[in-house]
Amino acid sequence: MSSRASSRARRVAQRPSWPERLLQDHVRALRNSLGALARKPVGTLLTAFVIGITLALPAGLHTLVANLHQAGSSALQGTLRLSLFLDDDVNQARGEALTREIARRPGVSSAQYISRAQALEEFRAFSGFGEALDLLKENPLPATVVVTPRSGLPRVETEALLRDLSALPEVAQAKLDQKWLERLYAILELVQRAVLMIAAALALAVLVVIGNTVRLDIENRREEIGILKLIGATPGYIRRPFLYTGLWYGLAGGALACLLVEAGVLALAEPARQLAGLYDSQAGLLGLRFDAAVAVFGAGMGLGWLGAFWAVSRHLRQVEPAP
Amino acid sequence: MADIIHFHRVSHRYGDGPQIISDVSFTLRKGEMAFLTGPSGAGKSTLLRLTALLARPTRGQIVVEGRNLADIKPREIPAFRRQIGLTFQNPSLLNDRSVFDNVALPLLIRGHSGEDIGRRVRAALDAVGLLPKEKAFPLTLSGGEQQRVGIARAVVAKPPLLLADEPTGNLDPHMALEVMQLFMRFNEVGVSVLVATHAVSLISRLPHRVIHIEHGSLEQRRKAELMEKTIEF
Repeated sequence: MSSRASSRARRVAQRPSWPERLLQDHVRALRNSLGALARKPVGTLLTAFVIGITLALPAGLHTLVANLHQAGSSALQGTLRLSLFLDDDVNQARGEALTREIARRPGVSSAQYISRAQALEEFRAFSGFGEALDLLKENPLPATVVVTPRSGLPRVETEALLRDLSALPEVAQAKLDQKWLERLYAILELVQRAVLMIAAALALAVLVVIGNTVRLDIENRREEIGILKLIGATPGYIRRPFLYTGLWYGLAGGALACLLVEAGVLALAEPARQLAGLYDSQAGLLGLRFDAAVAVFGAGMGLGWLGAFWAVSRHLRQVEPAP
Repeated sequence: MADIIHFHRVSHRYGDGPQIISDVSFTLRKGEMAFLTGPSGAGKSTLLRLTALLARPTRGQIVVEGRNLADIKPREIPAFRRQIGLTFQNPSLLNDRSVFDNVALPLLIRGHSGEDIGRRVRAALDAVGLLPKEKAFPLTLSGGEQQRVGIARAVVAKPPLLLADEPTGNLDPHMALEVMQLFMRFNEVGVSVLVATHAVSLISRLPHRVIHIEHGSLEQRRKAELMEKTIEF
């Protein structure tokens, strides 16, 4: 019993090995920094809220763009038409047979044959140039097969279908009615770039907010830092709790940002469903994807650490050892 | 016996200010306890600050524990300071931490385990007679008790050298004597102690060497000669 007690005493008299000590120091810094934040919950929450909103803005915009992308490739695809203009020497029977063939293809929802005569009738009725047509000796309009792709067909497959159909010998020219879809994608590309730029600017804002908060923290704990310097604490030891503080702010801000985006998605879900319904689509709103959420958390923590590091390396050296 | 502190013709001034100490040479031997006396502003504190590398001398050489302080780079200062226990007239405690946590600081920065810290802090608090107050906060303690907490913090990690600047400055004579006896007890177990004080009547009753500093220059006396100011070394 006594020998066990003395061997125990010997063991605790030794300091732990350095990896154990490092782990122990980190656990202590982690606990201390959390404790310090918990002692002033209002200030902590306010700072976390500012960071949360700052991170939520790019995250929300990202979600918006992702939703528009999805809308572009599903709901809008419902209105997508392929127009196949047939050669003039393809007669009506062959044209109708071809239409039935095309309708059976995978990826095609329906196909409709419009003869040259029907096209002329439609043109006369809707264009207002009817009289002008009478001046022409023969019908200038080609026969057309209007193909509706299966709704939700991916963009690449739609383009492949267009290529296949335009290769048919009877088809003089094929046209995908996708101008405005392409415009949408171009706009989204632009918006995505803008989101990146906004994100970069706001990341800088998060850095400054956390840096400033940690600077005030250092200011408030000058005395403690002075004493730590006096008794020979290493700069790394003094720095550590502040870096954890930055990390916690970033983490809390990231969590709040994710919550805000999800709340926004929930609030917009119903009107979005109604809008999608108008486009004959069942598509609901997408929330923040898992990898995007991870990115928000990661960005928050990374920026928190970096902001704290920035503040600490600028201000810690200025604190004189007490007294 | 080896020296733990060795000053060789050291001068110091803060910035462009007046010379605080000039051409001071003295040694403190390992295991010795000595008093540093002199009127306020004579340079006692500066001498201690120079020893703990809280300031660098403008001229001269200081060797502490066999290391020339001029060779110690800024990043080596923390490790150097961990060899020295420091206490001041103002014990500079953290008022938002308990007595226990204040005394534990030097062990925390050295990475001692929690169990070990508990044992050593209680031993140090016991030595200064404050074990029952471990959970108290500094502001609820008397000046003398706060001073003793500061001393416990200075010795808890068992540094080979203890520097005390006016540790009895705001204590009544009885408590001042207790604090001095505390330093003597540490000295008996091998700690080298240098105490800056102007409590001349108190230390005249103690057997230790007295280093007297006045106008930045130094005289060393035996305690008996202290009052007469006649014979000098």
